Amino acid sequence: MSVKYSKDHEWVKAEGEHYVIGISTHAAEQLGDVVFVELPEVGKTYSKGDEMAVVESVKAASDVYAPISGEVVEVNNAIVDEPAKVNEDPAGAAWFVKLKASDPSEIDALMDETAYAEFAANA
Amino acid sequence: MASENTSGELKKTALNALHRGLDAKMVEFAGYDMPVQYPLGVLKEHQHTREKAGLFDVSHMGQAFLTTREAALGAEDAHEKIAAAIETLVPGEIRKLRKGGARYSVLLSDQGGVLDDLMITRPIEDAQQGMLFLVVNAAMKDADFALIEEKLGGVAALKRAEDRSLIALQGPAAAGVVEGLIYGAGEQKFMTMRPYEWNGADLFVTRGGYTGEDGFEISVPNDKAEALAKAMLDHPDVEPIGLGARDSLRLEAGLCLYGHDLTPETSPVAGNIAFAIGKRRREEGGFPGAARILKELADGPQTLRVGIKPEGRAPAREGAEIQSVDGANIGVVTSGGFGPSFGAPVAMGYVDAAFAEAGTPLQLIVRGRALPAVVADMPFTPHRYFRG
Repeated sequence: MSVKYSKDHEWVKAEGEHYVIGISTHAAEQLGDVVFVELPEVGKTYSKGDEMAVVESVKAASDVYAPISGEVVEVNNAIVDEPAKVNEDPAGAAWFVKLKASDPSEIDALMDETAYAEFAANA
Repeated sequence: MASENTSGELKKTALNALHRGLDAKMVEFAGYDMPVQYPLGVLKEHQHTREKAGLFDVSHMGQAFLTTREAALGAEDAHEKIAAAIETLVPGEIRKLRKGGARYSVLLSDQGGVLDDLMITRPIEDAQQGMLFLVVNAAMKDADFALIEEKLGGVAALKRAEDRSLIALQGPAAAGVVEGLIYGAGEQKFMTMRPYEWNGADLFVTRGGYTGEDGFEISVPNDKAEALAKAMLDHPDVEPIGLGARDSLRLEAGLCLYGHDLTPETSPVAGNIAFAIGKRRREEGGFPGAARILKELADGPQTLRVGIKPEGRAPAREGAEIQSVDGANIGVVTSGGFGPSFGAPVAMGYVDAAFAEAGTPLQLIVRGRALPAVVADMPFTPHRYFRG
């Protein structure tokens, strides 16, 4: 599976049996310099659309929503210790959480790279 | 998120094309199309200002000259007359303000609330005595100038300086840059204003600013503003700085943002700017709301604006509830964010006076959770004004 995107600017990518989630490069650019990240606890479950994490830039606080439903199996504490990583590599090293999806079919409703690029350009 | 790249009916400063040419992200602020950040970004703009020098377009602020209409027996008498007039609206010591001196003050309501904060400057030249130069906040300028004309129109004439821009250069390298362009300005001390001629334009240069750093605010005719800004930006130490970093710089410096940290409901005593109330004025009164303000000076205010340091990494923003450690509501955050130079979140807010002492533990309600915080001395980053 390639990368998929939500309307709230999260990305989702399959990794083994789990899904890695982060915020899009577009979102990171819009936020500006990130100074604070709050991640959920491992083991918590979220429904699609729930507030799952918080990212704050010098400008404002923003919620990160669960793009699919599932249970948190791992979080990336490196971005809690060094929030600036979110600006440096939002699509890669600065992933937020890994989820065990409760309904993998939800992935199909998300946008692909091309659709998201168009969505973000008009956002 | 604030609206971006708007232009429509917004007012533009004389530097608007320059901002756009510098690829600024523009937002609406106080009815103006203003740069919130440049490609450098808020964090680096903030740090650059603390380390070298940052250029700010503050032309949206209201500049005006207030001149006595009364017959005067010489320059000193003319100053006495205009000072007596403005002192009916502000609690500051303006009568004894020295020639060429600038003073921070506040316009007061009859209830002693702060209607705006402003700079009042007495020109240095004998020929200009009987006049004061005023700089007020952009969002308040129409209301302020209407109030001044209503209250003082019989004794003084207000002339808005719509033909002038205001450019601030702030930071440790600012003096060198300004001195290189405006010979003598680098010698000025904090809170003084001097006139200069620059390429045929008359400038008023005031040493001071809104970042806590040494710096200058330069009033320049609109038709020379871009040339002056470009001349300063040509210096390798100078970067253009947007409203985003302006806010984090002033917050670290413990300086109030009107409409947030000071409002018509807050008195200057509660606002912790009682230094703006002159000694003679405390004895004589004679300013709006004097009864309340003098009582608060004597007995202490019920609430006080304090600095607040959240103990974790989560910033607390404006509007966050402040609680005592046992969960009682004792106040509200009026400004908050991340302090790039402080390296941690910083805030200010109003607390019940019993909780105002530095070191008092508090908790801040952020996203429904109580986060530990402590009352902190301000400024968060030391002021570095040039006092000569």
